[in-house]
Formats: sequence, C-alpha cells, structure tokens
Amino acid sequence: MAAPKKGRSASAQSKPGRSLALILIAIAALTGGMFASGHTTPRLGIDLAGGTSITLTAVNEPGQPNAINKTNMDTAVEIMNRRVNGLGVSEAEVQTQGDRNIIVNIPRGTNSKEAREQVGTTAKLYFRPVLQRDASGTGASASPSPSSSAGGSASPSPSSKSKATSGSASPTSSATSQGRPVTDALKATSTPSAKSSASAAASTKPSASASPSSSAGSASGGAAGLQAQYAALDCSKPEQRATAGKGAKTGEPTVACGKDGNVWNKFLLGPVAVDGTEVKKAQAVYDTQGAAGWQVQMTFNSSGAKKFADITGQLSQKTTPQNEFAIVLDDEVVSHPYVQTAITGGNAEISGSFTQEDAQSLSNMLSYGALPLTFKESSVTTVTAALGGEQLHAGLIAGAIGLALVVIYLVVYYRGLAAIAVASLAVSAILTYVIMSLLGPTIGFALNLPAVCGAIVAIGITADSFIVYFERVRDEIREGRSLRPAVERGWPRARRTILVSDFVSFLAAAVLFIVTVGKVQGFAFTLGLTTLLDVVVVFLFTKPLLTILARRTFFANGHSWSGLDPKRLGAKPPLRRTRRPSAPVDPKEA
Amino acid sequence: MSKLGNLGARLHRGEVGYDFVGNRKIWYGVSILITITAIVGLAVRGLNMGIEFQGGAVFTTPKTSVSVAQAETYAHDASGHPAVVQKLGTGGLRIQVAGIDTGKSDQIKDTLAKDLSVPSEQINADLVGPSWGEQIAGKAWEGLAIFMVLVVIYLAIAFEWRMALAAFVALIHDITITTGIYALVGFEVTSGTVIGLLTILGYSLYDTVVVFDSLKEQTKDITKQTRWTFSDVANSSINSTLVRSINTTVVALLPVAGLLFIGGGFLGAGTLNDISLSLFVGLAAGAYSSIFIATPLVADLKEREPQMKALKRRVLAKRAQAAEAGPVGEAEDDSFAEEPQDAAPAVVGQRSQPASRNRGRGRPSGKRR
Repeated sequence: MAAPKKGRSASAQSKPGRSLALILIAIAALTGGMFASGHTTPRLGIDLAGGTSITLTAVNEPGQPNAINKTNMDTAVEIMNRRVNGLGVSEAEVQTQGDRNIIVNIPRGTNSKEAREQVGTTAKLYFRPVLQRDASGTGASASPSPSSSAGGSASPSPSSKSKATSGSASPTSSATSQGRPVTDALKATSTPSAKSSASAAASTKPSASASPSSSAGSASGGAAGLQAQYAALDCSKPEQRATAGKGAKTGEPTVACGKDGNVWNKFLLGPVAVDGTEVKKAQAVYDTQGAAGWQVQMTFNSSGAKKFADITGQLSQKTTPQNEFAIVLDDEVVSHPYVQTAITGGNAEISGSFTQEDAQSLSNMLSYGALPLTFKESSVTTVTAALGGEQLHAGLIAGAIGLALVVIYLVVYYRGLAAIAVASLAVSAILTYVIMSLLGPTIGFALNLPAVCGAIVAIGITADSFIVYFERVRDEIREGRSLRPAVERGWPRARRTILVSDFVSFLAAAVLFIVTVGKVQGFAFTLGLTTLLDVVVVFLFTKPLLTILARRTFFANGHSWSGLDPKRLGAKPPLRRTRRPSAPVDPKEA
Repeated sequence: MSKLGNLGARLHRGEVGYDFVGNRKIWYGVSILITITAIVGLAVRGLNMGIEFQGGAVFTTPKTSVSVAQAETYAHDASGHPAVVQKLGTGGLRIQVAGIDTGKSDQIKDTLAKDLSVPSEQINADLVGPSWGEQIAGKAWEGLAIFMVLVVIYLAIAFEWRMALAAFVALIHDITITTGIYALVGFEVTSGTVIGLLTILGYSLYDTVVVFDSLKEQTKDITKQTRWTFSDVANSSINSTLVRSINTTVVALLPVAGLLFIGGGFLGAGTLNDISLSLFVGLAAGAYSSIFIATPLVADLKEREPQMKALKRRVLAKRAQAAEAGPVGEAEDDSFAEEPQDAAPAVVGQRSQPASRNRGRGRPSGKRR
C-alpha cells in the first residue's frame, strides 16, 4: 500500500481520454458493422425462435440386418451433433426418436439447407482414385479407350475378383465397423501376408481398376458395364445424379458426379483407397505465407496415413486426371485434388480455389468422419419455439424491471457515482448485444433462454467490478484523502481484486468451453464473453470516466449528491490542516 | 441513503459490525441443517429429470386448431409432467413429455386425442432418446471436474491452500443447497437448470474470491502486531467488505428476482421459472456462503497454524495486561493501529493508517514523499 504500482495505472491516469475514445470508437465501429451486416438482433435458439426440424430414418442396407442398433444410432447422433454444432454455440439439437429415427432441430436463421446437407446426406466418406473425369452434359464423353485410362502396370484383377467372389462380407461390414477400413479387408484377400503389406495392396488397387482391360476380365462384367454406365451418365440431370454410383461397393470401381463451381463433372473412380473414418482431424486454414488462400489440412490416423502415403505415391506418377483422388461423400465427389508428390506422415493439405465456406464445409465433412449408418430424410418441417415467445417476452420485461430496480438502488446508494455505474452498464450491455448479434452470422452463435438469463446475471458480475472500485475510492476518502488521489490510489487494489475474481470466472468458461459440447459449450462461450467484456469496460470505461469526472467540481468538492461527500462518508478529520481548498473535509466532531 | 452510507462509514471505522467469526458455530450449524435437508430431499424425492436427460415420449398430432398453450395444459394434465409443445409446419403439434414409458404413452395418447378431438390413431407416439445424452452430460461433468481441480490449484497459488479448501467447501455447499431445493420443489431439471447451476458455480467462487482478496490484504503483516488475532482480522475484513457484498448481491439478485417473481407471475410455471429459481437460490447461497462459511472456515484453519496460535497467545496476554483501554499501536504495523475508542471489543482491526501516513496528504498525487 505504501506506493501504488505506477505501471499501467500511471499511463491510464494520464490519458483517460484516450481509453474512453478507444472504447467509444470500438462501440461505434462494431455497431456500424452490425447495421452494415444487417443482423441487428442476436440469433435465437430453438427454444425461443423455433426453426427447422429434420427427421432422418436409418435405412437397412442389404447384408447388414443388425446395423441399426443403439450403439450405431448413438454414434450417428454424436457425429451429426458435431456437424451441425461444431463450435458448440449454434444451439442445434440432435436426438433419437424411436429406434431408427434421428431428429435434428436447427434454429431459425441458420442455413437449414446447408445443415440438411450436412446431417442427412453425409453418410459415408471415401477417398477413391480418379480414373476418368469429364465435364458432364457436354455430350457423350469420348468413350474411354482402354489406353487412355490405362495407367496401371500390374492388373491384379484377382483382387477385385476374389473380392467379388469371396463373399462381400468384409467390405460391407467395414462400412459399419468404424475404423476397420475396407482396404484392410482387401489386403487380406489379395495378399497372403495380410495386414503388413499395406503398400502392396494399396499400390495394386488403383492400377487394378485403372484399366478397363482388367475389368474386362472380371466375370461379373461389372466394370464393362460401368464403362457403359459412365459413358451414358449425364450429371447435369438431377435424376441421373440421384442414382449415379448408388450402392457402390467399396472395393470396386464406380461412377460418381461432382460439382466444380457450377459445372457438373462425372467421374469414373477406382476402389476405395482410404476410408473417411481414418481421418483423425481436419481443419480449414488460411494460408498466410503463400498465396494458396483457404486450404484444408487433414491428419490421418496411423493406418490411414500409410494408405494415404501409398495412394498418393501412386497417383503422383500419373497425369491428369489420374493423378487426382476423389473425396467421395455419399456417392458424390465433393473434391478431387490432384497429387504432386507422395504425402507421407499422415498430414495432407488440400488447396485449390476454395472460398472460406468451401474449406470449412469440406473440413467439417472430413473431420466428422463417416456415419455408421445410412439415413434418409423422412421429413423436414418447421417448428415453432419450444417455449413460446411469451417466455422470452416475459423474461425481457422482467429483466428490464430488474434492471430498473438496479439503477434505482445504485442511484440511492451511490448518488452521483451511479451515473458512472449506469453508463458502464449501458456500455457493457451495448457491447454484449452487438457482439452477440455479429457472432450469429459469423460462427452461428445462437442465444437460448438460459443464456439470456445468464447474460442478465452477468450484469451483476459487471456491476460488482465497479462496486468494488467505488467502495475502494470511498474507503480512501474516509481515510481523509481528497478525491483525485483517492481515485488513483484506490485503483491498483481494486484492479487486482477485479482481475483475480474475473480470472476465476474466465477459467470456468475456458475449461467448460474446451471440454464440453452442446449447450454447455454455448453457455461457457457466453460466460467467457461477458467476463472479458467486464474487464474491458472497467479498464477502458469506468476507470477513465471516474478519473475525468474526479476533476469536476461537483465530484471533487464532494457535493452531497455526488456520492463522494466526505462528510457523508464519515471521513476522518485530517490530522493536519494542509488540505487543498478543493476538497474541504468537515471535521466530524463537535 | 444516508443511513446506508453511514453504515458503510461505521463499518469502515469498525464502530459497528457483526462477529461473523465468533458466531461461526451458529452459522455452520445453520448450513449443516440446510445441507442435510437438501440431501434428504435429494435422497427421498430425487431429482425430476427432464426430457433432455432421460428421454421421453413425443406425440405428433395431425393438423389441429388447438393453441400451443392449450396443448401444454392438456399434456401436462394427461402426463403430470411439464410438456414442450411446438407447432409444426404441417399445422400439427409436436408434444414432448419427459419420463414416460410405452404403457403410459398409450394412455396419454388417448387422453390427448380426446382433448384435441382428433382420432387417437392419427397421433403418432414415439419414444425420444435424451438429446443431452450421456455424452453431453458426461462431458459437462468432466469439464466441471477439471475446472474444480484448476481452480483449487489457482486459489492455492494466488492465496493459499486453506482458502482454496474453504472456497471449495463453500462451492459444494451452494450446489448441494440448490439441487436440494430443486428436489424439494420438484421442478424438472432441464438443460436450463444445469446451465443455471454452472452460472452459480462461477458466481459463488467469484464472490468468495472477492472476500478472500480483502482478507489476504488485511492479514498481510498480521504476525508483526499483537493486537488482533487472525480471527479478529478476518472478521473485520468481512465487515469492511460487507457493503460491497450486500450491494453486489442486491444488484445481481434484483434482475433474477424480477425474472422469478414477475416473469413467473406472468406465466406461471415455465422454463423461465426453472432457470431463475436455480439462479436465485444459488446466488443467495453463494453470497451467504462466502461471508458466513468460507471466511470463518479459513479463520478456523488458520488458527491451527503454530504461528497463529502463538499470535493468539501474545494477543490474549497483552489484552490481559492492558486493564485500561488505549493501547498503543505497533510502529511497524501498517494496517492495524488507532482503534477508535468506541469500537466494540469483539470488532476490530480496521484499516485506518497511523499518523505517519498522513504526511503529504495535501499533495495532489497522494504520494507521501
């Protein structure tokens, strides 16, 4: 206490105007941004605003009568939940209904079309080598002469054939058993040395299917039929797209459609090289060094990394389009990056002319892997608010009344100081509102009723910060100091208290945000935001404002309505008569 | 409020005050009673888990003209549980009720069919799984556990382990009381309740930390003086932050009270009530525990330290010596001096400064030299 730290407080006291200007400019800029973006209200959760409800029904796939079980349904719920609520702040809800339905509720205002695509159609994700690619709808593609697509050297059609004959139990089971990728099964059948020879298997595969000639040998005639199918396929027609490549076996080549910008392409694809479940993590990043723009970085697990290294090693030797591998999502090619070099180590980057949205949605698809089941959308309907609008309405009215009471209380107790308190509260409220509104479109942040209540409680926490400070200042005045020194001396101690206690709140928010999912995460986000704003407002607004006002005679002279009247506060009589005239302290004794 | 203002001043000077630490046994007793009641409530009545936790039944009706609010009433009457009703795009209703098994759901379906005057077979009944599932709840617990560990570590570093322990006890106390009240009132535990509980948790700790901060400051040089025992100082520190505690609690409680009483009055039972009840009880408990439980507990723990025991002996000896009032403050003691003559004996330790601090008073900077 002897000498208050003169670090930041010194600069703060010398330039209170600067901090005030800073925060006011920030408010103005954010508010301007809010109006410019056209999102002037925070997005509300389902409980308050309703939204879209999608019912998805798990479809029985041939050969897997027992796939639809509680475990798989729960896994699917988990994956969908991550997809629609990746950041945990969008308030989307996913739950099972009956034993084969999943209901996904998406709050109004989120892009429901996008969400439907994310949850409903995202069934399975595979990496397949591209054998042929043509713009579709531009007439019949040149019938792929065997030579054009022949890139493979060995043609171990045995592998594909043996698969076809040796019962398709393993590949199909792999569709459901997460993490036991198909290629394992393939290897097991094609190479005697089972798993150890991942490279061998993988290397034979793309080339195996590469040449139609090899498939000509296949008894099923599937591949030959496939060529015909490919030639006939017109991806610009929706009805053709709907059927193209449906039900493709993982171990066999297939056809698929894909969209590049506005152009539909059709693809002839080799068997699955890597299963989507082997992607450990993917994220969209902006390339700050190079000029690659948005990229998707993905990390494979160890077996996926091995396979990926092999396939890319293969592909990099080839020419377009056979140096591409297709990322196939639910039988549609979502991306077909080409490979320049073998990518080992399990980390890959996909770059292209991605928009941020593209990159994020691709990384989402990659991250959240493949669903264990196939679902069909059985109904999409709008739902009204689960709580009814009157709850929010009543909540806001009650909150407003409560706030009015707070203001009255502060005025009664703190008098003139209440003006500062109320102004600080107003600044906090504006900042919170504006930031929440802006976060709606940017990260899909949505407010539910608990969060609204939490924000109301946060008012109390914000108010506490300046109550702590005011009480400090008043204590200093009671010691007999005049106002300006009291304001400065009270600050370091008050600042410490504020920081220590806000740190605890922020710690809670950070831990919960990192660890939890769903609504709790949304709550943690709100708590963290309000805590940060509390610190910002106290430091940049309340303190500088008090510093400035302390120079005003109304406060400095301790007007009886200023809330800083030494007499009223019962300041001790000064022990020496060396007081500055600006702050007369009436001795408190008869 | 001049009275309040004066109270602040008198608290500051230590003229008035309540002996929180001296009477701690009473308050411990009160808390233990409430806690036992809460635990008994939990054990006997249990928590009424909402649809998010235990799943339930969902009824989808064909197009109907019945309003959402009406349907809520019907469903509540039919099932005895609060229902969540949403209007669907088809004009039908989706009615979700927690804690229903198949047998019960048929019965409710028939009742609903009568109420809504639609044929029973047109109402589709299905069981819904918990949307909160084990995953979300489990992760919430995990987060909570990690947070508790971190916070105890943090408090032990920022303050000391005794304070960390006391804060932890106060926290458990608040949570137990709040959940106990929930069990007793029988409100359904929804995700909102859980979030309310987490809010309280943060607030309770926050409040405790503010009080501890002042305690730490005032007991900095406690061993260098022989006028007050640790308990005395702890007590005066509670009293000196009392105004802040009261104000903060009032400011935090007013809006929540508004939600609970006004909002609840408008609407009767509803989610708003659920959340605001947990907040109201929790905030009140949090403010109470940081003053009546946490700080006295720290004093209790501290008084066991040999150092503090020795201090207490010295203080008592000195008090016995000084038959008449007016002991002289220790020169080296910064924070304990010059007790006003009229202080109540039990109330102590105020933060006025010795005369030497008044040098340089007239300087605008407040610097002493």
